[in-house]
Amino acid sequence: MIKLFKISGVWIAAVIVMLFLPIIFSSGYAHSMLGLMGVMVIFSLAYNMMLGQGGMLSFGHAVYLGLAGYFTIHFLQMMEAGTIGYFPISLLPLFGGLVGLFFGILIGFVSTRRAGTIFAMISLGFVEMMTVMAFLLISFFNGEEGIQGDRMLGPEPFGITYGPAIQVYYLIGVWTLIAMLAMYFITKTPFGRMSNAVRDNPERAQFVGYNTQRVRWMAFSLSSFFAGLAGALFALHFEHIGYESAGAWLSGEVLFATYIGGVSTFLGPIVGGILFIFLKSTLSELSNVWHLYLGGIFLLTVVYAPTGLAGLVLMHEPIWKVDFKLLRRMVLPYLGALVAILIATAGIVGYIELINFVSDEYSTGTAINFLGINVEAHSIMSWVVFAILTIIGFGLCKVIFPVVSRNWNDILETAKERLLQ
Amino acid sequence: MNTLIFSIFNGVLYGLLLFMLSSGLTLIFSMMGVLNFAHASFFMIGAFCAYTISKYVSFWPALVFAPIAVGVLGALVERYGLRAVHKSGHVAELLFTFGLYYVFSEVVQMIWGKVPVSYEIPKSLNFVLFTWLGLEYSAYRVFMVLAALAVMGALYLLIAKTRVGLIIQAALTHPHMVGHLGHNVPRVFMMTFGFGCGLAGLAGVLGGPILGTEPDMAHQLGPIIFVVIVIGGLGSLGGAVIAALGIGILTNMAISYDISFQPFFALLGLSAESEGIGKDLIAVTSGSIATILPYLLLVLMLIFRPRGLFGNRDV
Repeated sequence: MIKLFKISGVWIAAVIVMLFLPIIFSSGYAHSMLGLMGVMVIFSLAYNMMLGQGGMLSFGHAVYLGLAGYFTIHFLQMMEAGTIGYFPISLLPLFGGLVGLFFGILIGFVSTRRAGTIFAMISLGFVEMMTVMAFLLISFFNGEEGIQGDRMLGPEPFGITYGPAIQVYYLIGVWTLIAMLAMYFITKTPFGRMSNAVRDNPERAQFVGYNTQRVRWMAFSLSSFFAGLAGALFALHFEHIGYESAGAWLSGEVLFATYIGGVSTFLGPIVGGILFIFLKSTLSELSNVWHLYLGGIFLLTVVYAPTGLAGLVLMHEPIWKVDFKLLRRMVLPYLGALVAILIATAGIVGYIELINFVSDEYSTGTAINFLGINVEAHSIMSWVVFAILTIIGFGLCKVIFPVVSRNWNDILETAKERLLQ
Repeated sequence: MNTLIFSIFNGVLYGLLLFMLSSGLTLIFSMMGVLNFAHASFFMIGAFCAYTISKYVSFWPALVFAPIAVGVLGALVERYGLRAVHKSGHVAELLFTFGLYYVFSEVVQMIWGKVPVSYEIPKSLNFVLFTWLGLEYSAYRVFMVLAALAVMGALYLLIAKTRVGLIIQAALTHPHMVGHLGHNVPRVFMMTFGFGCGLAGLAGVLGGPILGTEPDMAHQLGPIIFVVIVIGGLGSLGGAVIAALGIGILTNMAISYDISFQPFFALLGLSAESEGIGKDLIAVTSGSIATILPYLLLVLMLIFRPRGLFGNRDV
């Protein structure tokens, strides 16, 4: 009973946060960004149904989002032209989901025959085919331009026109909650467990009598359903869809978002989706090589934190369950490590920006703007300063990281002892 | 007839390039289980390095030093990156190389710019070698074919006839046993990875002037070499040769013949006067779908023969 209360408490909190976020961040730009975060959360969770829970790494999951987006826009266009009757805009995501499901079942039949790296390669093949299709079947995909529709159609129940961004945000918010709940409960069903089993030990799952290929197929199709749902919301959000939203680029982005957030927990992709959209909008303002930083963050996550951000936080769970006070001993080491990492990052980022500035023929002026400071690019001093920063940062890391790991092992031991007593 | 011969010649050329790329990839894959997503990035870096060297010195040193530089870079990546991820499993390794692919393409854009560079055919090879049936064969293309054949032969001799090849062959199937016999398996892995990347770099040096040296070239070729090794059968070098040549010739023929599928669609009741999708379908020719032919082959192969042409194991 208490457990049920705890779980529903988290969901109620989520609802409250979702309701009040657009009031705190009230600009139109913020509403648009929040809406995009919701779409990315659904998409990342759907993606993680395969990657985290089913062990299937796909390089082409945007195909299902994109196709659903195209169908949604066509649906809007046909509704506007009057070739089909009225269908409530608020329920269009369901239609998008069904489109995703249809293509998921169709393509999944071929691609889920194999798991692991071969599956990844097949997904890459399908995403390339999709991109070429977008340029061949012009009347449906309209090539490079993509297609657009108008979401302000038909009757206006309760005055909802979907004109202002905030209304679209609430539409996305409601669907995000529904999708999150649905996907959460799917992980608790026997199918969800079976999907985990097929990921961890396919031979054994087969011995117990399950058809591993069929379990993968089902996971793939369900994931495509939610990707399609996200696709319809994506299309409604922008009132436009183009080939780039069905291609390798967005597929890579959802992989980054999910993995940086963390694939081993349900929370991970949610964190990842939100963080990704935030990083994307802030970093792309600050630097024109932000893809490099994104790739760097991803590489560091793969090497040093394979459980992602959520995994890093949840690593502390067993300790705070024993005694929250134990974590106090980690505060100083963590702060020290943070400072060291920040200094090293500042040095490296400075170098990258300088190199980028010098090699880019379109750069203007002689100085780069680094955290509000004008750094002269052609003076040897700036290069020396960044070199010193990098060396100091890495030196500090070398000193502090062993301390962090020693303290961590200490409190882990203490927690174990307390638990055994 | 002319078209046939010419498209076969170009197909063989393209196929040999694909083979140079996929041989390294399949060696790395079958030995370490790592699908190197960044393999085509090493190809691209090879082409760009060769561009820089040939700009300041000339083509011939580039032919030697660019592949070596790429090989060293590959070995470093294995030693300081992949080895750390190895314990987290094959999917983590694939993710690592995917991130690397992303970072490499950004770094290349940062250093060499976003637009194609003018890496041109060396002057000493820029002439018509011979004319046959009214078509001109440039010396550079013939040189490329010869170089690729030489690499293929050397690779065969290395693997089949030398002691190093013996260890590589053994490490492909029984890495633990090779380790027990006293060989340094991680070092064998590092050397193989570096060697495979070096081959990709060499392909870049040779292919750069013909395919166009631009930051997007890794993306254009990357997925196709995966198709080559899956169709050829994972871990089979012979399969990689046949699949690479097959795909090379097939795509070149599709482009040069540019067959229209109108009669086929006419059976479905579509004609040039059709509206919407029908009109687009009628306009489809083999040339316009040449780029996706490899993927279609991949799908067919997976349905009818999942282990590939010469694959002897399911992965």
